[in-house]
Amino acid sequence: MELDPVLLARIQFAFTISFHIIFPAFTIGLSAFIAVLMLLWRWSGQEKFRTLARFWTKIFAVSFAMGVVSGIVLSYQFGTNWSRFSEFSGNVIGPLIGYEVLTAFYLEATFLGIMLFGWNRFPAWLVTLSTVLVAIGTAISAFWILSANSWMQTPAGYEIKDGVAHPLDWMAIVFNPSFPYRFAHMVNAAYLTTAVVVLAVGARYRLPSRPPGENRPQLRMAVGMIATSAPAQLFIGDAHGLNTREPQPAKVAAMEGHWDSDEPGALVLFGIPDEASRSNRLELAVPNLGGLILTHEWGGKYPGLDTVPDDELPPVANVFFAFRIMVGIGLALIAVGLAGLLLWWRGKLFEARWFLLPASWAWPLGFVAIIAGWFVTEQGRQPWLVYGLLKTMDGISPVPGASVAGTLALFVFVYGIVFAMGIYYINRLINAGPKGEAAAAPAGVPSRPLSAAEEAAREATGRPRGEGPGPSFGKPEG
Amino acid sequence: MEWYLPVIWAGLIGTAVAMYVILDGFDLGIGILFPFTRKEAERDTMMNSVAPFWDGNETWLVLGGGGLWVAFPTAYAVIMPAFYLPVIGMLLGLVLRGVSFEFRWVAKPGHRLWDVAFAGGSIVAAFLQGTILGGLLQGVAVENRQYAGGPLDWLTPFSLFVGLAVVAGYALLGATWLVMRTSGPTADFARRAASPLLVAVLAAMAVVSLWTPVAVERIAERWFGTPNIYFLWPVPLLAALTGFATWHWLRSGRHGLPFAGAIVLFLLGYAGLVISNVPYLVPPTLTFWDTAAAPASQVFFLVGTVFLLPLVLGYTAFVYWVFRGKMAEGEGYH
Repeated sequence: MELDPVLLARIQFAFTISFHIIFPAFTIGLSAFIAVLMLLWRWSGQEKFRTLARFWTKIFAVSFAMGVVSGIVLSYQFGTNWSRFSEFSGNVIGPLIGYEVLTAFYLEATFLGIMLFGWNRFPAWLVTLSTVLVAIGTAISAFWILSANSWMQTPAGYEIKDGVAHPLDWMAIVFNPSFPYRFAHMVNAAYLTTAVVVLAVGARYRLPSRPPGENRPQLRMAVGMIATSAPAQLFIGDAHGLNTREPQPAKVAAMEGHWDSDEPGALVLFGIPDEASRSNRLELAVPNLGGLILTHEWGGKYPGLDTVPDDELPPVANVFFAFRIMVGIGLALIAVGLAGLLLWWRGKLFEARWFLLPASWAWPLGFVAIIAGWFVTEQGRQPWLVYGLLKTMDGISPVPGASVAGTLALFVFVYGIVFAMGIYYINRLINAGPKGEAAAAPAGVPSRPLSAAEEAAREATGRPRGEGPGPSFGKPEG
Repeated sequence: MEWYLPVIWAGLIGTAVAMYVILDGFDLGIGILFPFTRKEAERDTMMNSVAPFWDGNETWLVLGGGGLWVAFPTAYAVIMPAFYLPVIGMLLGLVLRGVSFEFRWVAKPGHRLWDVAFAGGSIVAAFLQGTILGGLLQGVAVENRQYAGGPLDWLTPFSLFVGLAVVAGYALLGATWLVMRTSGPTADFARRAASPLLVAVLAAMAVVSLWTPVAVERIAERWFGTPNIYFLWPVPLLAALTGFATWHWLRSGRHGLPFAGAIVLFLLGYAGLVISNVPYLVPPTLTFWDTAAAPASQVFFLVGTVFLLPLVLGYTAFVYWVFRGKMAEGEGYH
């Protein structure tokens, strides 16, 4: 059997990076949420904020561990699977990754230790400061990695010498044309995604079968965040799309299923892009609207896929559908934000079952949208690895297909276990919730406090925490 | 171009790798020692003794790999495909043991799976790091600045031996760390484990020191040619003295010194490997200068590193300082 190393390398990388992106997206948002809760606690003196911060810190610990280990894998996969790409682009984007490590990873790793294990050991200001520094660290990390990715989409500030890229202007490299849009789009996506998770958790606690938690502030905060960041995402995404039109016309045309440059772009609501006939089957479209969105002008025209030669055509259907999934979820979240705002205004946010029940199941939406969005931008870049400079097939390592296939199977196996168990444990932590002290420890169970996660385990399994200044629970507000 | 830039970068990456080997070495060592005690309380203490540090420790691996890409992209692009299988195996080992730090607690009382994952992942990661080192020492096939060998070239008796040696070495670091940081039964267990590990490590160092010059003429010339031999003979002597002192410190009940001794042993072994191979990054063909990134790239990253590396060392020192001191038996960080 002939194994195609290019396809296998792509599948392996897509698998490991799709798995990875879930956790940074969540921890970027969650660390900021925890930092805000801690600051609210310091500022207002209300224990409910501290209780919530502690609860979310346990979930953060589990998520962050998965993000760290799957991220280390990626930093080596550039070399193991894409060695020719590494050599081609190392001069230019290598330093961006290096700066990510030095400015972000150490900051996160160091203060994470204090954030997780310092609650009863260090003064409150140090723990609060650590949560803020971890949140800043995650955002700095996003800055560098998105700069590197954006350079691969819209290379700038370089010259090619002896077949490799050399830097000419670092400002132009770091702030390459698509970077500001991609950075804003991704960081806002992370905050939005986390707000949806917080909303879902808060909604679960409001349903009658669940115990009430310290819940009102987080439901309000989540609704407020969704109501602002979801509409904001629409505007950022629109600007990002306009920004992509010029440098990557094939990607935009694939997103829109736009084949004919001479026609004003229609907004294709549904269709099945067919690369063989170069048209959409079963198309349902609103004439002119796509052109309006992309050119901000009625009857506006923009280049279609007919300008793209066959061997440079991205996988149109994947990009087309992934884009619709992302936008569909984005629109749904705008509706969730508005509905939540309306309920809050009418004083019914904590009772409206028709809102809380679906909301409690909504937690995966943001993650699905993020992965779909990355599918759009990464597959829309194909067949290029560095747009216009290096094709994906020319970027791989001289490694036999069997090695890539074998390790891909191992990745699927190990990540499958880790992911399934991680989700299971996080779900257990959420079910336990930020709830009150239980009775005395049953015999045989050590009652000394050990780690953030161990304490979480006790709660998850219904066992009490050890002595010591535990968070103040009770006072259910429901 | 400037000949000194690649040298500076080789020094910096060498430092990052040394930091990694020592820091992640002791926390991987904790995982390697896990199967040798069955008591849950001892395992809890062992894991807690490294819990606030492991993430920072592992960041040095990212800096070492990332730094290699930044400063020597060709070396990175040759080494990673050459060691494709062991590198990915090592990464998967690190995944399993890394998540165990959190999962093991959350899973309690059903945490057996994560005991196995923590120990297994640590052992696999350490062993494969050793085989990668061994594979590098025996040389990598390169043509046209690309890896030109097969997927299993690294797999030889020598690389497997170095793999075992690194497992023993990390276990020694872990055991002496526990001697320093814990008390009671955990510390007693660690002290009992440390002595045979020390003997194994010294024996492995002796074997590698003899095996490499016999197998590789370049290394024999480096050590035994004149005038080098006049300057280099203290290196093995210092290693022997350090080993003897560490043995004595373990026997005489010292707490911190055995860990210091193990670190010095590692640094001497590391120095020996550097002496054997400098200036090759990919023995026996590619040197620092052959594989260096564009000077503009090396300078751009160096400027930031000059300011950021002291900051990073500052944080690292800070976190070890705030969590300093011996842990009481059963104490954790709450």
